[in-house]
Amino acid sequence: MPSARCSMLDRAPQETQAEESKPRPVAFRGAGFTPSGGRASGWIALALVIALWQLAGSAGWVNPLFLPAPSAIAVAIYKLAMSGALWQHVSASVVRIGSGWLLGTVAGVVVGFAIGLSTLARGVGITFISALFPIPKIALLPLLILWLGIGEEPKIATIALGVFFSTAISVYSGVDAVPRNLIRMAQSFNVPFHAIVRRVVWPGALPSILAGFRITASVALLLVVSAEMIGAQFGIGAFVLQAGNLMQTDQLLAGVVILSLFGLAVGRLINMLEARLLHWR
Amino acid sequence: MTNHEKSNHMDLIADQIAHRFGGLDVLDKVSFTVASGEVVAIVGPSGCGKSTLLSILGGLLQPSAGRAELRGAPPADSLNPLTFVFQDFALLPWCTVEANVEFPLVHAALAVAARRAVVVDALRRTGLSDFRGAYPKQLSGGMRQRVGIARALAVRPAILLMDEPLSALDSQTRELLMEDFIDLLADGAMGAVYVTHNLEEAVRLADRIVVLSRRPGRVREIVEISMTRAERGAIDARGKLLALQNDLWSLIREEAIDAEREVQHA
Repeated sequence: MPSARCSMLDRAPQETQAEESKPRPVAFRGAGFTPSGGRASGWIALALVIALWQLAGSAGWVNPLFLPAPSAIAVAIYKLAMSGALWQHVSASVVRIGSGWLLGTVAGVVVGFAIGLSTLARGVGITFISALFPIPKIALLPLLILWLGIGEEPKIATIALGVFFSTAISVYSGVDAVPRNLIRMAQSFNVPFHAIVRRVVWPGALPSILAGFRITASVALLLVVSAEMIGAQFGIGAFVLQAGNLMQTDQLLAGVVILSLFGLAVGRLINMLEARLLHWR
Repeated sequence: MTNHEKSNHMDLIADQIAHRFGGLDVLDKVSFTVASGEVVAIVGPSGCGKSTLLSILGGLLQPSAGRAELRGAPPADSLNPLTFVFQDFALLPWCTVEANVEFPLVHAALAVAARRAVVVDALRRTGLSDFRGAYPKQLSGGMRQRVGIARALAVRPAILLMDEPLSALDSQTRELLMEDFIDLLADGAMGAVYVTHNLEEAVRLADRIVVLSRRPGRVREIVEISMTRAERGAIDARGKLLALQNDLWSLIREEAIDAEREVQHA
């Protein structure tokens, strides 16, 4: 027996060696850390949440006064659309957002370029922007009402101010980020200053400018709602506030859904702009 | 009017150029002349101010003392007598190959048809005709540098200012582009200042090699190469070129070691 035992023990290392000499695949270790945006999974998750929400409402698990079911919100939106009130509120908000955003963006782009290109403008501009940017712009609305009256002007001015600072910062950051070697290249070919700005600095800063647009669109949406809640008869913000005061939570959430759809539409528009203008990236 | 001006010859002169960045002396009394059609290489240890010198020669940097001068007149059709070819290519990523080559011409006094013809010719000379619609990100490093060369050729320079144009490329691409440079400069219509840390490139391309000392860069020696560039391609010339390369290396070696140590300490 001892000899047999001995031979079994002797055989074990030989088997291991034979195992090692066989070709075997190298274990894959490179998985993960490369997330890709699966569109379908997002939509499925959204549908599941809405279905669960609807189920909770239909089954009576939650009080509809506190959280109306999605179907009730859809009905509220439909009724709003049919009565013409939806268009009245949405158009008022869109006009305010459009004018405020446009004014703030134009001023922000001009000032941002000036700060990015001129030493004097940088010295003066950055000091002012650093001091004024952190102020919540909605806090200035009463002052703006005092200056500009109770019409549309103070609401548009509030949005424009909010948009202006973010735009100016993103524009001058973008100008700063334009590779200096490209500017030196253009200078080495005697390309005039205005052409360097138009053909080198502007396209070079565009990724940052468009990223800024994405932020300022959200800022504009936030400010229009806040401004309309403070002093407006029409507008999504005013509608949401009125619905809240009357405990019409289905209408309140209808307003929230409309705001969300508006935000999504603006995001989509900026995506399209990026795809068109930044296709070279 | 001098003979130079009459014959459209243009020399580039470095006259006692000195430069200082803050408290750091980078160049000190550098003087030499690049004659019309001549190729001058500038070599030296790391940090000796080669690229700074080229920027001063090309008017992109103001020297602290001395000056860069032009003597004579460039060819009448030259749109940019001193034209850079950059180490990092400096291509506009949002422009196609064709638009990059056309970029310096858009503001030149050229009719649209003439401009198109110049671009087509520059693309043809650099073998880029089939890539005119491509964007820089779609090209290899070698192809990108070809676009940089095509852009430089489009303005018909009198003197090319090349700042380590091959250093960002792999060895095979370097070899191919070196052959292209030799062809481009073969007829002597165009001169060049060629900044490099690669001594082999310097001895293959240059008529004269300016050896700079360690910082602050001073002209340590100017080495003339008597062989023509065509002769240097022959197999029996390789020994001579290698010997020349070794001589240059012996001039630079000690200072290159010191420069390396300085970088490590920094």
